[in-house]
This record gives sequence, C-alpha cells and structure tokens, in this order.
Amino acid sequence: MTDATSRVRRVAYLDHAATTSMYPEVVAAMTDQLARVGNASSLHGSGRAARRVVEESRETIAAAVNARPSEIVFTSGGTESDNLATKGLFWARHKADARRVRILSTAIEHHAVLDSLHWLATESGARVELLAVDSDGRLDLDRFSAAVERSPESVALVTVMRANNEVGTIQPLDDVVEIASRHGVPVHSDAVQAMGQIPLDFAASGVDAMTVTGHKIGGPLGVGALLLRRDVELVALMHGGGQERDVRSGTIDGPAIVGLATAAEIAVKGQPERGPRLAGLRDELIRRVLDAVPGAQLNGAPGDGRLPGNVHLSFPGCEGDSLLMLLDAQGVECSTGSACSAGVPQASHVLLAMGRDAATARASLRFSLGHSSTRQDVDRVVDAIAPAVDRARAAGVASVAGGRP
Amino acid sequence: MKVVAAMSGGVDSAVAAARAFDAGHDVTGIHLALSRNPKSYRSGARGCCTIEDANDARRAADVIGIPFYVWDLSDRFHEDVVENFVSEYAGGRTPNPCLRCNEKIKFAAVLRRARALGFDGVATGHYARLETGPGGVVEMHRAVDAAKDQSYVLAVLTQEQLAHSLFPLGSSTKPAVRAEAGRRGLAVAAKPDSHDICFISDGDTSGWLREQLGASSGPIVDTSGEVLGSHRGSFGFTIGQRKGLGIDRPASDGRPRYVLDIEPVSRTVTVGPREELTVDHIAGLEPRWCGSPPAAALECSVQLRAHGEAHRAVARLRGEQVEVELVEPASGIAPGQAVVIYEGTRVVGSATIASAGRRTAA
Repeated sequence: MTDATSRVRRVAYLDHAATTSMYPEVVAAMTDQLARVGNASSLHGSGRAARRVVEESRETIAAAVNARPSEIVFTSGGTESDNLATKGLFWARHKADARRVRILSTAIEHHAVLDSLHWLATESGARVELLAVDSDGRLDLDRFSAAVERSPESVALVTVMRANNEVGTIQPLDDVVEIASRHGVPVHSDAVQAMGQIPLDFAASGVDAMTVTGHKIGGPLGVGALLLRRDVELVALMHGGGQERDVRSGTIDGPAIVGLATAAEIAVKGQPERGPRLAGLRDELIRRVLDAVPGAQLNGAPGDGRLPGNVHLSFPGCEGDSLLMLLDAQGVECSTGSACSAGVPQASHVLLAMGRDAATARASLRFSLGHSSTRQDVDRVVDAIAPAVDRARAAGVASVAGGRP
Repeated sequence: MKVVAAMSGGVDSAVAAARAFDAGHDVTGIHLALSRNPKSYRSGARGCCTIEDANDARRAADVIGIPFYVWDLSDRFHEDVVENFVSEYAGGRTPNPCLRCNEKIKFAAVLRRARALGFDGVATGHYARLETGPGGVVEMHRAVDAAKDQSYVLAVLTQEQLAHSLFPLGSSTKPAVRAEAGRRGLAVAAKPDSHDICFISDGDTSGWLREQLGASSGPIVDTSGEVLGSHRGSFGFTIGQRKGLGIDRPASDGRPRYVLDIEPVSRTVTVGPREELTVDHIAGLEPRWCGSPPAAALECSVQLRAHGEAHRAVARLRGEQVEVELVEPASGIAPGQAVVIYEGTRVVGSATIASAGRRTAA
C-alpha cells in the first residue's frame, strides 16, 4: 500500500465522446509545425511556407470528408462552428427575406446549438421550434415535415445533429435534407460526434453547413471547422483580417490545423475498421452490464441506429453522479453525459425529450469508446459496475430518507 | 478514515480538507450545490452558493491533491432550510438557518449519503473541538478561537452525528488558518469571510422575506397598546431590534425603542424601552443532548444567539422542555433561536427558544 507504484491508478478511459487522446502522428506533425515561424497571411517566404501547410491541410481534410477545399472554414472548434452556422445562416437568410424567422431543430441538440438558437430567439427575433424525438432519441420526421410544410417560406434554417452526443442516436439527416431542400431551406448539421465513427460525406449529404472538431477524432483541442457550401451566404461572427472567406477572421493557427488534418486523415481512413470493432465492444459492454445489473436500461437506438462508440445506460434508483464518483475511485472514467454548470448535475434535456422522467435521467451514465479502447476497458466496467450500483442505490435511498444518519 | 470534506469555496473548509488529508485520511472533496439557481445567488465572493465558490473549492481540491465532486442538495436545502426559514419568520420567530443547515444538510443528508457511498464521516471547516469523554462519549467543546467559535450552530448534533464528524480547525485561530492557507498555496487564503445568509444574495433579509411572504401590514404599538405606527410585514422584525422601526414620533421619554414582541396572527409589533427586553427565564423546546441529559439542575453557562456572549445560568429538564434561569439576565432574546448550554467549554445540549420572560416584575 505504501509502495509508490501501487498508487499509480490503472485507468479505463471511457469518455472518448468528451475528448479522445491525440494520435502520436498528430503530436509529431504539430510539434514540427510549432517550431516554424510564419503567418499564413504574410507575403514573404515564411508566410508562404505557413500558407502552404495550411492549404495542404485544408485539402487533406476536404478529401477526408468529401468536400472542396474552399468549403473548409477553420474555427476554434465545435461550439464556434455551431454558433457561426446557426447565427450566420439565420442573419443572412433573414436579411435576404424578412419573412424567414423560423428555425427548425430538435429537442436533443448540443447546447452549442440550443443556446445559440435560444439567443437568436431572444435577441434576433427568431422563432425556434424544437421538434420532438421518439423514445430512442430519433427525430420525428412526420412532425418535422409538417413543420416545414406549414409555411416553408418562413423557415430561415434547419439544424439537426448527425448523431446525438449523449445517447448516440443517429439522426435521419438524409430525410431532413430531402424535405428541406424541396423548399430551398438550408440545413446545418453538428457532426462533431459522428466524424471518425460513421462515414461522413459532405458532398453527398446535401447539407449546407456541417460542424466538425479536432479533439473528438484524435486531433488537438481548440480547432475545428465548419464545412460550408460555396454558394451559402453567411454573416460573420468574428470580424478582422478577413481570413477564411471573410467568414472567420483571426490569424490562422497553422500547427492546430496541421493537427486537425492529420487526425482527420487517420480517423477517416481507419473508420471502416474502427467502426465495426467499436460496435462489437459497445454491444458486448451493453449486454454484459445489462446482465450484471438488474433494472439497468439502455438509452438510445440499438445496433446500427447508434454511434459505434456510444453506450448510454440508466440505473434507476441511483444518482448518476454518485455512480460516477464510485467508478472514478475504481479508475473507471465515464460521464453522466449531462450538461453541467459548476459541476451541478442537471437532468439531461436529451433524456427528458426522449420521455424519461427526471429521476431516471439523473440515474444515467455514458460510456464512450474511441480509437484506443480495448476489451480490457469493457472488462473493467463490467467488474466495477454492479457493486457501484448497489452502493449508489443505497446512497440514493439514504439521501431521500429523512431523520438522522 | 475515508472522509468527505465539505468544501464551500472558502478558506476554512479548504484548510480543514488539507489537514484531514495530511492526517492520513482518505479525503474526497465535495462542494454542496445548495442553490437551485446558482447564478442568481451571490455575485460577490462572500457566500457559498455561487459558481465562483464551486470553482474556488475545486481549485483548492486540486492544490491539496484530492478528488472533487459537486453534490446537488438544492432540493433538500430548499425544503429543509429555506422553507423553514420563511415559515419561522412568518410565525414571528427568528430562525438560525446555519444551525438548521448543519442539522438537516451537512451532518444529515450529506453524512447519510457519504456513509452509504462507503465513507466513514464528514470533515468541515467549522471552528469547534471534538474530544472523547468518559465512556466514549464524543464531547464537543468551544473552539480555541473564541471569536470564531461555531459550537453554537453545531450544538444540535447528536452523538451519532458527532461520531462521524471531523473539525480539523477547532484548535486553531482564524489568522493561523489564513496563514496556513497561504503557505499551502491555496488561492482562497485572502478570500473574505462569509457573514450573511447564503441564500439571500443582497443581504436584505426583510426585503427577501417580503418577496416570499408578500407585504402584510400591521400596527406597531407600545406596551400600553397605543398605536405608534404601522409596518409592511411583521417578519421584518426581530426581538431586540432598534433600527428601522419606522416610527415618526420619538418616545415621550426620548429614549430609543426596541422590538419587544411580535404577534404574527394580528401582525402586531410591540416596542418599548430597553429594560423591557431584559429576561431571566427561558423555555426551550426540542432539547438535544451532547451525551446524557442533565439529571438535576445544572449550573452552566448559556449562549442565546450566534456569536452572543455567555450568561451564567441554571438549566433543568422538565419533561420535554428545558427551563433556563439566567443568573445574569440577558436582553433581546428571540424565540426561534437556540439556547445552547455549556459546562465550561463543553456543549451539554441545546434547545429551541420557545419563550423568554421575567420571573419577577422589575
């Protein structure tokens, strides 16, 4: 016990949806670029060298997601891309035609989208309609279609995520695009969780704007992109030097972009192997936890309807944060998968939208797999989960009960 | 021991957690989220309910090197402390929410949850000392730092609660704790103390109560029954209060007037001269004993409000009620506050003040 080596925790990291480790190739490529001077907007040799690296990276990313290089707008990450797409599209579309005030979305979007829409509603006169999902967390297409058809000329934009970040349910984006495009309504999609997990083809998707980010695909934090069709008008959020098609000013972060490109290439190239491998681990983890814990429930769509790396389970009678703490103490790292302010667990808006009650929503954990996940990680969860649930259930009962300890 | 350290984001609880860790305990830091809407509470750094406070606590835990989590007890806090606070004021009493929070939240809901999760107890930054007395009784004593002593707001705790509690600061002075925080590299070393009620963001208790209870006017009368003025809610007053009475006319003798009595049904507030506030007899309900109850009349000292002075007294248990005769009379004693009974520095027990008066007419 006093032996220092015994205090080194073996960690089973099952929070790849929060952030995943960088590929060694990414670290190497970034390190190399960090040592070079040069602003990609400068006209001299060092500037040209920096520019060349950035443009090669742009081409690499474009190839990985089947977009044109000019359709890649670099940003600081998923949140910025979501803000830029939703606000930029709304302002541009509303300016072109004042009747366009409605934004159609889902009740299960990431807060980067939801809060942007909420802001547009309070500050820019948008009318936001968050459409219902079914009990698996899948957009109800009938309602979506009805919402569009009710008054298509008033729809400024549609934003529907590619796959949900909490429960992993893949959304029917092809149908969404088909319905919206009948009326020329642009579609944005947050594909932060989908990239590298399922195939992503920007050109074939028909989507007008798509959010991706580096740190979910084995790249660095703090860099992402908005894939933006060339014919889409967008009002800028960031004003300055006019970089990135005048849509996103700011000195271009060459090292981060090299890292993003390196990760995108590896993540996409490896996806056909990684996807099925993770789906196998996912299904094994789900099956074994459901076997080990009476009353546990899977949230989100089963099988191919969910991301290969996503496992989301409710353990009725527990507080998710108690479970998380107990598992953390065992070196099993996961997430309550819910929005946090000051670390205060709120019942997830995604689970509530799926029809779960608040208590069940708070009794939930997300285990997310990524490129470095192994069967040993699954074993670690399975070994730790049943005793942790027993204990958390006892604590849940104790917290509710009155009287003295 | 495997303990949770309740970390408010202040300097005391941070040093308490660090000391528990240094003492060899397996310590996990927890911050209690008590506000249902944390952003709406305090904007300064004085309370214990803001996001900034949670971040301060998290940083302290990082520096100490212990795990840290936030426990959401906002619903329980609202029910057990905030609603109780409102209803006590509505009933003409003056509650102590810190005491109530210790009784219902920190050493009850938190302790129950901690023990169910496999912890042995809870460590806090309260200034009080615990010692093992005869027969294994856990004795609680006043803190070494008399100015910071918090045994008053802990006196409701039972043996069972105290047996699972750690107060690592009881033998230190506040300046020493601040200095130690600085030496330990805790950024909260210079953070101001919290003073006011944590869930009333601007410190305006009577304004806050008016929001909760609505304005409900009533008369202000003197001891003869003569109406001197009116008020917008009897909950805005505390026995012994002198300022803010809102009476235009000075008293006939020109001396200041004090709140003597609050009658919540007719919302009558009675005011009068200072000597009318003097009491030498107190009846307390719901007694709690830190160990065994006194078998006979106990010569003791009593404290009648947080940070109040000690008064020599004799306490007796009569049925379910504690009767306290004050050898040294006290003034401004508000029902709803606790009477805490001490033998020397040791807490004997406590009760909720139901009434206070004079045995003999002055």
